[in-house]
Amino acid sequence: MNKVFERALYPYRRSADQDAAAPVRHPVIVVGAGPVGLAAAIDLAQRDVPVVVLDDNDKVSFGSRAICFAKRTLEILDRLGCGDAAVETGVTWNLGKVFFGERRVFEFNLLPEDGHKRPAFINLQQYYLEQFMVERAHELTAAGKPLELRGRNRVTQVTPCGDHVALDIETPEGSYALEADWLVACDGAGSPIRAMMGLDFVGKVFEDNFLIADVKMQADFPAERWFWFDPPFNRGQSALLHKQPDDVWRIDLQLGWDIDREREKQPERVIPRIREMLGADVEFELDWVSIYTFQCRRMDRFRHGRVIFAGDAAHQVSPFGARGANSGVQDTDNLCWKLAAVLNGSAPARLIDSYDAERVQAADENILNSTRSTEFITPKSEISRIFRDAVLDLAEAHPFARPLVNSGRLSMPCAHDPSPLSGPDAPGMPARTRPGAPAVDAPLGNGWLMDALDGGFQLLGIDADIPQDVAHDGVAVSTLRLSTADNPALRERYLGEAESAGYLLRPDQHVAARWHNHDAQAVGAAIDRALGK
Amino acid sequence: MSSLETAPNIAGPDDFYAELLAAHEGLSKAESDALNARLVLLLANHVGDREVLCAALAAARAATPPPR
Ligand SMILES: Cc1cc2nc3c(=O)[nH]c(=O)nc-3n(C[C@H](O)[C@H](O)[C@H](O)COP(=O)(O)OP(=O)(O)OC[C@H]3O[C@@H](n4cnc5c(N)ncnc54)[C@H](O)[C@@H]3O)c2cc1C
Repeated sequence: MNKVFERALYPYRRSADQDAAAPVRHPVIVVGAGPVGLAAAIDLAQRDVPVVVLDDNDKVSFGSRAICFAKRTLEILDRLGCGDAAVETGVTWNLGKVFFGERRVFEFNLLPEDGHKRPAFINLQQYYLEQFMVERAHELTAAGKPLELRGRNRVTQVTPCGDHVALDIETPEGSYALEADWLVACDGAGSPIRAMMGLDFVGKVFEDNFLIADVKMQADFPAERWFWFDPPFNRGQSALLHKQPDDVWRIDLQLGWDIDREREKQPERVIPRIREMLGADVEFELDWVSIYTFQCRRMDRFRHGRVIFAGDAAHQVSPFGARGANSGVQDTDNLCWKLAAVLNGSAPARLIDSYDAERVQAADENILNSTRSTEFITPKSEISRIFRDAVLDLAEAHPFARPLVNSGRLSMPCAHDPSPLSGPDAPGMPARTRPGAPAVDAPLGNGWLMDALDGGFQLLGIDADIPQDVAHDGVAVSTLRLSTADNPALRERYLGEAESAGYLLRPDQHVAARWHNHDAQAVGAAIDRALGK
Repeated sequence: MSSLETAPNIAGPDDFYAELLAAHEGLSKAESDALNARLVLLLANHVGDREVLCAALAAARAATPPPR
């Protein structure tokens, strides 16, 4: 068993706030130090927004939970200063194999396009990601950034008070109170804050159970994703095998609805199942086992006055397609620059409503994808199963059927269109970099476009004449002059049929607006729009 | 814009119909259902055009007889 679960990474320490005569007010309090709360805290601190993180625990997530982290998340982690640690430890994979019954029906290659710094996916245990993020948070604190991580601080009461939020907190040394201008609730799927505020969390429960096991073995299975429909070792159900670092393998076994969950979790039930799957001669050790039912649901709105919900607290999806942690980190990517802009006075508070609009759109996209995968994996009706099996029976001989096989559509970032923050588009330019979409990486000399983005508003001039760093109404905009002669990938990714282009990027690297030629006035208007003015 | 062809379009309709039934011969109900599903998928892919497919789905659905 990996020891990182047992270590207190941010042990309880008494804070001066606990001895204050009146509740101390903080600009932002984040509740929850899961991957989402940690991403929010790092992002805010890097933007010099003082942030206090409260978590009722002091350790990383128990068990692996999330294992697949997508390219967009890795790009965000790069911006947060933990991308290298994640990619160096993680397993990079591209090949997936699909089995139906006894047969291997086809394999697919995620075929990552050339010219991106980060791969399509890595596999990494969630506890490693959290560990790297906690280390990054500590590093920022040590460097004087305004970030405080308070372990064993359990929020017991949240009271919205118009222009701020009051909190009651329980610690090993008793309780204390705090106030926050903004509260970011990243307190997980069971969100106590959501419950305290009496907010709904409606959606669909899938009537199915999945045994999730992490198994340690020195076997020569390749670093591929193997998915079985109706395998001989789990008749009528599905199974998944996926590699993680440290010779740990993730096994998912669908169990069906009417089972005795406690009994199915016992090693004497689990071990024979896995032995059947891996083959009698494979030596393995159980690292972690759990049984999950999955659901797809979201809050009606993610912003409630000064309380903002992010990650699993705001939305939950089934894990087919690896969208939970990935989309939660993307929530914070969307939110933090907006909070910073509102707090430093460069944007009105209603900018935060665009977080709601954009991330609700993303959550709906994720829920749609994950519901469709679940329907394919667990057909809900006889006819659904007939078509599912027909697709699988055709897939071996007929390539056309392969794209219909849905064992999880892997997480892609949401392009926010329409978005209230997006400005004009220009004709003839590539759809993938349209306003609302995240910037697409490309090689720049010996480096990468993504690494050249600085976390603020930025103007890219591609074969275009743009001025050196500009400012608009107090907002600094750095500029990046690029040429397709030096960096040919930019043509296909950013120009399309255009001769030249100016792109305004938001601080979260999404495209705000684009033009064929630079026009200072249009850029100013687009910045105003992107700031919700 | 392409549209769903609903005028007669198959040369030798009786022969085609006989071939359709022959393809099912000797199959159980479950096997026949599966064959039909594969057939739908093969033909749908051949058509490809989503607008035509939508029109076909709607036309098939609209021909559902009222409950007897
Ligand atoms: C089996 C499985 C596989 C998965 N696979 C993937 C995958 O491959 N890819 C992917 O992206 N996602 C995956 N997920 C989903 C992923 O694990 C979650 O989406 C992710 O953990 C959500 O992060 P979070 O920070 O929102 O919440 P959590 O990780 O749940 O963190 C919430 C935090 O809030 C704290 N907290 C709660 N209440 C309070 C309180 N009152 N006061 C203070 N602190 C509090 C908790 O201690 C916890 O630290 C998987 C999930 C499961 C179960």
